[in-house]
Order: sequence, then structure tokens, then C-alpha cells
Amino acid sequence: MSDINSNIPEGELTNKWTKFKSSVALVNPSNKRTIEVIIVGSGLAGASAAATLAEMGYKVKCFCFQDSPRRAHSIAAQGGINAAKNYQNDGDSVYRLFYDTIKGGDYRAREANVHRLAEVSANIIDQCVAQGVPLAREYGGLLDNRSFGGTQVQRTFYAAGQTGQQLLLGAYSALERQIGMGKVEMYTRHEMLEVVKIDGKARGIIARNLITGELERHFGHAVVLGTGGYGNVFYLSTNAMGSNVTAAWKAHKQGAYFANPCYTQIHPTCIPVSGDHQSKLTLMSESLRNDGRIWVPLKKDDNRKASEIPEDERDYYLERRYPAFGNLVPRDVASRAAKERCDAGYGVGSSKLAVYLDFKANTERYGKIEALKSGIQNADKETCMRLGTAVIKEKYGNLFDMYAQITGENPYETPMRIYPAVHYTMGGLWVDYNLMTSVPGLYCTGEANFSDHGANRLGASALMQGLADGYFVLPYTIGAYLSKEISVKAIPTDHPAFVEAEAKAKGVLDTLINIKGSKSVDYFHKRLGHIMWEKCGMARNAEGLNEAITDIRALRAEFWKDVRVPGTSDELNTELEKAGRVADFIELGELMCIDALNRNESCGGHFREEYQTEEGEALRDDVDFAYVAAWEFKEGVNFELHKEELKFENIKVAQRSYK
Amino acid sequence: MSTGNMNLTLKVWRQKNNKTKGALVDYKLAEISPDMSFLEMFDVLNEQLINKNEEPVVFDHDCREGICGSCSMFINGRPHGPKDLVTTCQLHMRSFKDGDTIVVEPWRAAAFPVVKDLTVDRSAFDRVIASGGFISVNTGNAQDANSLPIPKMQADAAFEAAACIGCGACVATCKNASAMLFVSAKISQLALLPQGQPERYRRVQSMVAQMDAEGFGNCTNTGACEAECPKGITLENIARMNRDFASAKFLSEESI
Ligand SMILES: Cc1cc2nc3c(=O)[nH]c(=O)nc-3n(C[C@H](O)[C@H](O)[C@H](O)COP(=O)(O)OP(=O)(O)OC[C@H]3O[C@@H](n4cnc5c(N)ncnc54)[C@H](O)[C@@H]3O)c2cc1C
Ligand code: SF4
Ligand code: FES
Repeated sequence: MSDINSNIPEGELTNKWTKFKSSVALVNPSNKRTIEVIIVGSGLAGASAAATLAEMGYKVKCFCFQDSPRRAHSIAAQGGINAAKNYQNDGDSVYRLFYDTIKGGDYRAREANVHRLAEVSANIIDQCVAQGVPLAREYGGLLDNRSFGGTQVQRTFYAAGQTGQQLLLGAYSALERQIGMGKVEMYTRHEMLEVVKIDGKARGIIARNLITGELERHFGHAVVLGTGGYGNVFYLSTNAMGSNVTAAWKAHKQGAYFANPCYTQIHPTCIPVSGDHQSKLTLMSESLRNDGRIWVPLKKDDNRKASEIPEDERDYYLERRYPAFGNLVPRDVASRAAKERCDAGYGVGSSKLAVYLDFKANTERYGKIEALKSGIQNADKETCMRLGTAVIKEKYGNLFDMYAQITGENPYETPMRIYPAVHYTMGGLWVDYNLMTSVPGLYCTGEANFSDHGANRLGASALMQGLADGYFVLPYTIGAYLSKEISVKAIPTDHPAFVEAEAKAKGVLDTLINIKGSKSVDYFHKRLGHIMWEKCGMARNAEGLNEAITDIRALRAEFWKDVRVPGTSDELNTELEKAGRVADFIELGELMCIDALNRNESCGGHFREEYQTEEGEALRDDVDFAYVAAWEFKEGVNFELHKEELKFENIKVAQRSYK
Repeated sequence: MSTGNMNLTLKVWRQKNNKTKGALVDYKLAEISPDMSFLEMFDVLNEQLINKNEEPVVFDHDCREGICGSCSMFINGRPHGPKDLVTTCQLHMRSFKDGDTIVVEPWRAAAFPVVKDLTVDRSAFDRVIASGGFISVNTGNAQDANSLPIPKMQADAAFEAAACIGCGACVATCKNASAMLFVSAKISQLALLPQGQPERYRRVQSMVAQMDAEGFGNCTNTGACEAECPKGITLENIARMNRDFASAKFLSEESI
């Protein structure tokens, strides 16, 4: 069935990566000095890659649109990062991490990539600790772990609720070190707008200096995109406001296939929407599910306060439906279960689109333990709650403060209200085992590629992938390509391909400025988001998807006729930046719906209402859909499907069950 | 359910670019909801300006979760506004009253030149980090993480210093525009960890030199930085940095 080659090395699964590393061609140090690599993105994926490649001796240019690489969206990750260290001696292993990830992704990820990810996971923790990343520790001085959804071992490393921040600052400091030594040229406040291709290979980019508006041409022997995910296609999501698909989309238009665009992860524990002024949604880390119990009232439309609803009138629906995993089922399962209860009329809060996340039982339990530790037998409830609150505060203090800040409610006293929200995109540019896209010399890492999470990502696995790609995978695999490029001299940027790419980028900017329509960019973005959430969100069906495609095409036409972008293109113009991004989101939105419509099955973050079991669980079709859908861009916003067959040789494909 | 009933007057600093002069401009806003964040209130203002075919106010922001350190503005004379320990994006309109007049200005410091409206250039911070705010370790062969036990209290203290988001409020609020709190936070984080020891004294010297070269002022122990830091970074870090800086002077090149 496959008509594309994923270049997976031959041999036993457990030996593929080791063998690859020891047989891949090397580039000699004096040649490395003349080879230039462009890295777009300075999140975990980009910063780690830029630092490592520079350290290896390549000449690196790194780009980001923020004012500093330290502000990349990775900074916001809260919960943690997985690694198969088995420090807790609870039976973890590379194989188990591999297995959990493949199963968690609903058997829609590539075995070889996932196994490699599990193999290098342990090195990531070593590397970060060596860099001075202050991960949480136990009193004995060793690293602490917690568990995350979809697993039964404790393999998640963390730094309070700020894991992403600490890991990114680690990668950022490694990057700054190389910048300080003159080995990386950093271009902040620069946005990549085009990929430049010469003789079929990626040879550079066009970037806009966001302060002056100037378009710049940059040559590279190879180009790496580590530009993050596209969840903001939904307008409301947990992503940072600037997260966008532009770099990946422009690459897509230059021939890079876009894989599995319809796989969107909806995170179960976000602060619910409070009004339509809202610009983004705030995540409450999944780690809260370790100590929070999720429930709704047993009675429909129950308007009593949480505290007035007695135990026996509460429905702990996750514990009821999934006794083995309970509140720790994977995200897709937890999200759908919340939607199901709310749709059935059991939601809480003024919007009724929320469920409770309640810490009371565990606060009391911790309190009891603390009391016993300090020699108090039979402590009363009040004492237990007081002591337990201190434990909870130590574990999740900053998240609780954030919740109180946003909602004006005190989560230590009343349960949090949560609802699912768009969080992460498993789809992205198609890459082979080397992380190279279908355009030679163009690589893609981190959330921007499709490769390691299948149809659903387990918590704490994105940070792991971003750093694995940047620190440990790409630095080897890109060598395989660059070793054949050593005789290529830097191509001058007055080459016609650069001129043409720049003209194209300029054309888009000029058009946007000159439409001078009547509606703001946000107006279009909100409308797109509404279509996507309603018809391509937590649940989809053929009818809705067909409507969405028609609606999006109409929206696109209207956008190009009626958008209003004030100001000019030769200055800092944030509306112009947004306009370009929304234009790309609109095209991507259509492809997401086309992909969702094509996939006549339910799997992971893709739930087609027509395909479900009698109990309402996702119903996969492994005979017809065990493939990666890789879409090729065709003239005039059309798409052609290519399929990469997924072979499971080491894992028995089974119905996913968390019961 | 979205619109509220707060009416506000905003006085916002507008400045086209670094070469032109800026001024405060008045804007009236109605129907602001107390549930909006301060930046969402700005979104409403900008939507209004765009509808009138005017240029929206430019300000830095990204995560809107209080962690990226992008959002930066003086609100009624205080960085990040009237509440302690929150960034502008986490400040909600319920912290203000109906009918309030709110003055909004950019960070002020010679080392942070204005780019446009409320956006300033904070790249000096990156250059300070590039001068030594790291541990020199190459990728690939780090020892097993648990072969380096670190007492919990020490790891927690390092983490607390590491929580700095690089927002620059400490600089903006300081009458000397000193970057001591920011720099000392990084220095403390690494000085508190065993991994940070080999370069400890070299690090403090080069970072302080770069800080001076960037045009940040000196610390005169006023403490405004600590009072305004949204992440609760403490003056203790400055003391630690000063101690290390002084020690470094007495060490010979070999011991550094
Ligand atoms: C609130 C939240 C919490 C999370 N918590 C966790 C967690 O606990 N554990 C976990 O594993 N994962 C978590 N995730 C997911 C994880 O944070 C992301 O998947 C991951 O950080 C993505 O990293 P990245 O390097 O691929 O991209 P990003 O960090 O998004 O970086 C993208 C980079 O590309 C640059 N860029 C983008 N487009 C352009 C362009 N056109 N030109 C120039 N530069 C460009 C940006 O400037 C930026 O530097 C969380 C995500 C969110 C939203
Ligand atoms: S020390 Fe505080 S105020 Fe200064 S940059 Fe860091 S977080 Fe901001
Ligand atoms: S926008 Fe990120 S801290 Fe405010």
C-alpha cells in the first residue's frame, strides 16, 4: 500500500538505532565548519538542535519570532517529561515506554521511531541534569517521579508545575553558550515566510525582520523546522498566542507532505471558557489527576453547590467506567467522557460545560499520613485537612494560584471546574526515520512533525520528543545527508530561486495590506475556530465535515476580499503578522477536515461518531486505516493523498482498553 | 455572558518607533467584563481601533499564562499592575473599578529601548546569559542523573531562583535600572548546584561585566525589584551574587 519510503533501517527493532548510529556517514570537522544549517524555531526542539549542531561544528543560524529564544511556547509546559529510567523500580523499561506510547497513540505511530524515542529518553534526563536543570528531588537527594495519564508506572520527571520552563531554559542556556562563542547566529523577531528550493533541495529561507519589515534571504545546506504545533487553528486553545502553522504550511506548499492533520489532542483538564472575549484557554496540568477525583452530580441539571452534594449523589464517572486506570485514563478517553456527561446534561457551573476536579479526598488522606508522621493518632478531620492542604500546596501550589487568579475561586475550598480544550497537534509535516520531510534537505522536529505520537499523545511525551529530536536524533541523521553535501559551496542569495521566493513572500504581504477590507484578522480567526471546534473538534461526523469544508472555502474567499490590516509592511506590524498566519490556518483547516473525512474510523484524538463501540469507545479499523495519511499540496489548494503503511511487528495490535 | 459593565478610561503610551517621540493617548472603553485579563481588555481596545481604521496598540505577549515573560507594561506606575506576584497577562479586570482611569506605559530603562508603543527591546538579557549564564556541557555523554544526588532543600532553592521569567520588571522598576535581580537569580541557581561549581567564579565575573557593558545601573539596595518581581525572586540572590563576586576577586586564575 505504501507509496512513500520511510527509510526505516533494516534489522531487529531493538538494534535499529544503535546500528544506524554506528554506520551512518560522518562529516569531518574541517568540512563541518563550512556547512551551514538553518534552524527555524528555538523551542525545545529547535534550541536543542541548534546548540548541539553548533557544538558539533556546523555553522548554525537559528530563528524565532519572539524577542528571545527563551520565550518559545515550550516554556509553558507544566506537567513533566517521561523517561524510561526505572528509578522507582516499578518495572519500567525501554520496551514498556515504547509499548505504552504505541498503545496510547492507538497504533497509529511508527514502531521504529517510537522505540528510538524510548531508547534515548534516559539520556535526556542525564543531559538536563548536567546542564543544571533543577528537577524535583526526594529527601534522599535522588530525582523524584510522578505518574501521568495512560501509564501504570512512575516515569515522569518534573520541576513543580514548570517543567517546560526549566527544560527550555536549559536548552536556551546551551544555545546562548554557542551564540556567545559565535557558533550560532541568532535571529530573534524574525519570521520565516518561505522555503527556498534549488534543484529540488531545500537551500534556504526567506525571513521577515519583524521590526523593520525587511525581507531577508538566508542560505543553508539544510533547513530544519522546529516551529511547533498548529492548535491555534481552533482560535481558542492552550497554545501561546503566537503559535502558528506558517513555516510548516509554506514548506507544505513547496512539496513537504502534511501527515495526519486531523489528529488533534484535546486536553481534559482546562479552565472552562467564561465568555467570548476570551483569547486563550489555560491548562491545568494533567498531573492534578494524580490527586484529583473527577465527578459530576448524579442528578441532571443539579444547581447545588459542590459542597452541598453528598457523596452518594456524585458520579465519579471515570472510576466507574475505567476501574483499572480510573482518573488516570489517557487524555482522549478522559476528554470524551467529560463531553459525554456534559452533553447528557450533567455538566456543572454557569455554562454547564464543566466537570469537577476534586482534591478533598486526597487532601484528607495526605493529612492523615502527615498527622501520623508527627505522632498524632486519630487526628480530627479539620487537622487532616489543614495538614493535607500543605502537602497539596507543595505539589501543585502554582497551579492552584493560577486557577484562583483566573476564575476568582479558591480551589483549596471548592473543587476546580474543568473542561476539555485543544492542546496539542499530533499531525504535522511528514518525516522519514531521519526526520527529513519529502523535500530533500528539509527536516522537521518536535511538535511540527507528525512522527512519534500516533493518533494521541500521552502526557509528558512531547517534551521528551522535542529534546530527543534536537539533542540526540537529528544531530546524527542530518549527518547522513550533509556528508554528501560537503562539496556544495554556499549558494549566493542573488540566485534566482531566492529572488523568486522573496517576491512570492512580498506578494502575499502586499496583497494583505492592500485589501483594506472591513473586518479584523481576529474576526476571521474566531469564525474559523468556531467551525473547526464545532465540526472537526472532539467528535466529528461526515455530514459536519462536509459542511465545514464548504464553510471554510467560503471563509477563505471572504478573508481575501474583506480583511483589514492597518499600517504598512515596513514596520513592526502585529496585525500583518497575524493576517499571514490566519491565511495559512484557513487553508490548513480545510485539509484537517478533508483528512478527518477520509479516515472512516475512530482512533485516539480523532473520534468519528459513526465509528464507535456500543459502550461509546473509539472503534478503529486496522484493516483499512493502519496508515499514515500524507497529503501532497496541489495547485489551487487541492490535496493528494499518499499512504505510508504502518507495520506492527513487535507489538500485538489490540483494542485499547483501560478498564 | 461575555460583556460586562465596566467603563474605563485608558491613557496609553503611543510611540511609532525608536526615532520618534511618544505621548499618552486617551481611549474610552465600555462594557468591559471583570473576568477579562488585562491583555484581553487590550484586545477589545485594539478591535475598536481597527474598526475605526486606526493602528492597534503594539505590546509583547505570547503565553498569556504568566510564564513566557513577554508581556511587559507599567500600569498605573507599577510593572504588571497593582497586584503582587502576577504578570500583566494574569491580571484580571476585577482588580479595577468601574470608572477607573488607567495609565499604561512601556518599561523604562536605557538598556531596554522602546521599539514601538509598549514593546521594548530586552535582548540585553540574552547577551548577559550568553556571556556565562550556563554550565559548559556538551551533548551526549552526561553521567547518569542519579549519580549526582542533590539535597532536596538545595534543589528547591535552585529551582526557586530558576523560576525567573526574564520579564525585566525588576529593571524597569529600579530607579537605577539595575539588572541585579535577574542576573543574580541565574547566578544563584547555578551556584546552588554541584554542577555549577567548576565555573562558579568565572561565571559571576563575566556576567557582571556584561551587565555593566549593557548599560544597566548599579544596585543601591532599594528593594523595588523584589517588591515587583512577579515570580517572587528574593534579594537574597543579590547578596549571594555579591558574595561570589567579591570572592572571585580574591581567587587566583587557577582557582577560578
Ligand atoms: C500549556 C501547555 C502545557 C504543556 N505541558 C506539557 C507537559 O507537561 N509535558 C509535555 O511533554 N508536553 C507538554 N506540552 C506540549 C509541549 O509543550 C509542546 O508540544 C512542545 O513544547 C513543543 O515544542 P517545540 O520545540 O516543537 O515547539 P515550540 O516550543 O512551540 O517552539 C516553536 C518555535 O518556532 C518558532 N517559530 C514558529 N514559527 C516560526 C516562523 N514562521 N518563523 C520563525 N520562527 C518560528 C517560535 O518562535 C518558537 O521558537 C504542553 C503544551 C501546552 C500548550
Ligand atoms: S527577577 Fe523577577 S522581575 Fe526580574 S526578570 Fe526575573 S522574574 Fe522578572
Ligand atoms: S504573556 Fe507570557 S507572561 Fe504574560
